[in-house]
Amino acid sequence: MSILLSEDFTFIVQGITGREAVNLTRECLDYGSKVVGGVTPGRKGREVHGVPVFDTVEQAVDAVGFVPNGAVVTVPPAFTKDAVFEAIEAGIELIVIVTERIPRRDVAEMVELAGMRGARIIGPNCLGVIVPEVCKMGGIGGPARDAAKAYQPGPVGVMSRSGGMTTEISSSLTAAGLGVSTAVSIGGDAIIGSAYAELMPLFESDAQTEAIVIYTEPGGRMEAQLAEWVTDNQSRLPIVAFMAGRFMDDEEMKGMSFGHAGTIVEGKEDTATEKIARLEGAGIQVVERIDEIPDAVKGKLGVAA
Amino acid sequence: MRFYEFESRRIVERAGIPVTRYGFCTTSEEAREAAAEIGGPVVIKSQVLTGGRMKAGGVKFADSPGEAADHAAAILELEINGHVPRGVLVDPKAEVAQEYYAGVIWDGTAKRPMMLFSDLGGIDIEEVAESHPDHVGRGHLSSLLPISDFQAKQVIADTGVTGSELARATPILARLARMMRDCDMTLAEINPLARLEDGSFVALDAHMEMENEAMPRQKALLDELGIGPDDTREPYEPSEFERNVTAIDAADHRGVIQGRDHGFAGNLGLVIGAGGGSLTLTDAVRSQGGRPANYTEIGGNPSVSKACGLAKEVLRKDGVEKIAVMMSIVSNTRVDIVARGVIKACLELGKDPAETIAIFRIPGAWEEEGFRILERYGVEYCDRSVSMWEAAGRAVAKIQGPGHPAAAEVRDGEAAG
Repeated sequence: MSILLSEDFTFIVQGITGREAVNLTRECLDYGSKVVGGVTPGRKGREVHGVPVFDTVEQAVDAVGFVPNGAVVTVPPAFTKDAVFEAIEAGIELIVIVTERIPRRDVAEMVELAGMRGARIIGPNCLGVIVPEVCKMGGIGGPARDAAKAYQPGPVGVMSRSGGMTTEISSSLTAAGLGVSTAVSIGGDAIIGSAYAELMPLFESDAQTEAIVIYTEPGGRMEAQLAEWVTDNQSRLPIVAFMAGRFMDDEEMKGMSFGHAGTIVEGKEDTATEKIARLEGAGIQVVERIDEIPDAVKGKLGVAA
Repeated sequence: MRFYEFESRRIVERAGIPVTRYGFCTTSEEAREAAAEIGGPVVIKSQVLTGGRMKAGGVKFADSPGEAADHAAAILELEINGHVPRGVLVDPKAEVAQEYYAGVIWDGTAKRPMMLFSDLGGIDIEEVAESHPDHVGRGHLSSLLPISDFQAKQVIADTGVTGSELARATPILARLARMMRDCDMTLAEINPLARLEDGSFVALDAHMEMENEAMPRQKALLDELGIGPDDTREPYEPSEFERNVTAIDAADHRGVIQGRDHGFAGNLGLVIGAGGGSLTLTDAVRSQGGRPANYTEIGGNPSVSKACGLAKEVLRKDGVEKIAVMMSIVSNTRVDIVARGVIKACLELGKDPAETIAIFRIPGAWEEEGFRILERYGVEYCDRSVSMWEAAGRAVAKIQGPGHPAAAEVRDGEAAG
């Protein structure tokens, strides 16, 4: 099994005629994902790697004859909110927002509407979701051949605030013979659709997943929220966390953000040191070296390193 | 982007919240005139984008226009935490009966704006929340529905405020909340919000921050405040390195590069990427005893000239002996292009790539082509089987010499392998 995606999962790509979206569409098709349509206003009638393009999500739904399960949104920041609203109102239930630099008021509006309609948002500023050998939704892992190299099926669920590090970590789990159940690039912004704690219930009820690896950064309360969730729900899943950006704890770095918009140390709770303490307080193992992750997971699973 | 107090006051005023009759001045003569116009005792406040003004001597009281001018002259010359004041604010010394706090911030966990109110104003709200939690009212706001006054009223009433004070404070908090949402603020605070002896409320100080991503659509407000697109308000002045990297990035639309060296002063130049990878690699270098000269981010498949330009800027920095070129597995950025760029940078500066590039660790798209080029120039490279930690360690070992602990670890690793 897996979370979010499955064998017969279908999705559309909004903004499909953009340069990055064209690449992403081909990568997903090559991987075996079912991309059933694309939307770019004014481009109805075109095709992108055989995928029909429509002016509206409604047209796409009518043409395919059912509401697709998901939408990948890769349109400029000023138009993202409208595109996401369009997908939600069409009844689409999983929306991956690739676009970065979206003001957080827009993100909050999208998340609020999604909540009212029972939809889930992943991102923004993310690379998407992948279930190895089953489905890839978004640019995660890159071309199908590269994605196959980094992502092999296994028992570990991966959640990461960095898209690139999702693949780096998954690749190391694959190389160690462990593999991945589902990997989610959750996004690097201050406000995102699905934080660690909000995806945990899905992993918790997924039979394939036996352990979780998270990649975390300074900034925000997402790690504290995860620590609270794990404690309150007595999670069955062992978690290994890697915290990047420890150097940002230095006094000189205060008020600056590195890497992602969400990494900014303003209060005490934002610092790497504070987050590590909170995660460890909830029984989550925090490794200092990126290459310690596979062995730490093996330790948790009782597999010989 | 953080606003100066005089701008924040203007923003508050625009939102329909009463403020005292203040004057923003850039010379002592203007301060004298402002004080004369206000009449009576005044307070002169330094306009800097940093806290601790009071302690640093950036806030002074004056009883006459002459005294106001003298204080203004001194404050205009006074640097606070490395910040030169933009001017001074001349404000009437208010007859305050009580100070309150009114604020609206983002709650990232709830993904909603949150109103905060306290009847213990004038001090840091985080302190109040810790010492007197029952004196802090909180209430979340919808991002889609209109903001009603009753929501603000509830938050204020939760702190025990009642009577005419509740009636007068309610529209102020509600207006602050609407302004915060409409103007894309990440933080909107009035502290203190003062109740004067006559029962009226005024904002005595305000702190506003706008989300950078929203600045283009808030152009009308920024224009009104006279804030141009170049006025970025970084927490510090960009260095020559930072300015040059920004210029190289802007000159070519292919790919994105960023460079920082504020707070870094080492001998190992970092040509690294992308977002999370750069954080991971910077930590890995430092944890193994290395001293990074800078921080960079490469992403989105830059051109050869862009990669070259970045590497050159890093190499030109004072004290840089070698560079480490490292990234997490790439799928979009091409390994061969970055390899060409960094080798070109070495050659153009008359340096031997094999000596100058301590390590090249970028696995992923077009890696075979990239590795062939590196081999030709004798540059040490590695693929994904070498972790980011180990690659950083090899670079540190090379630059620190064989006696360094990181070098010993690399040797042990090689012996074990």
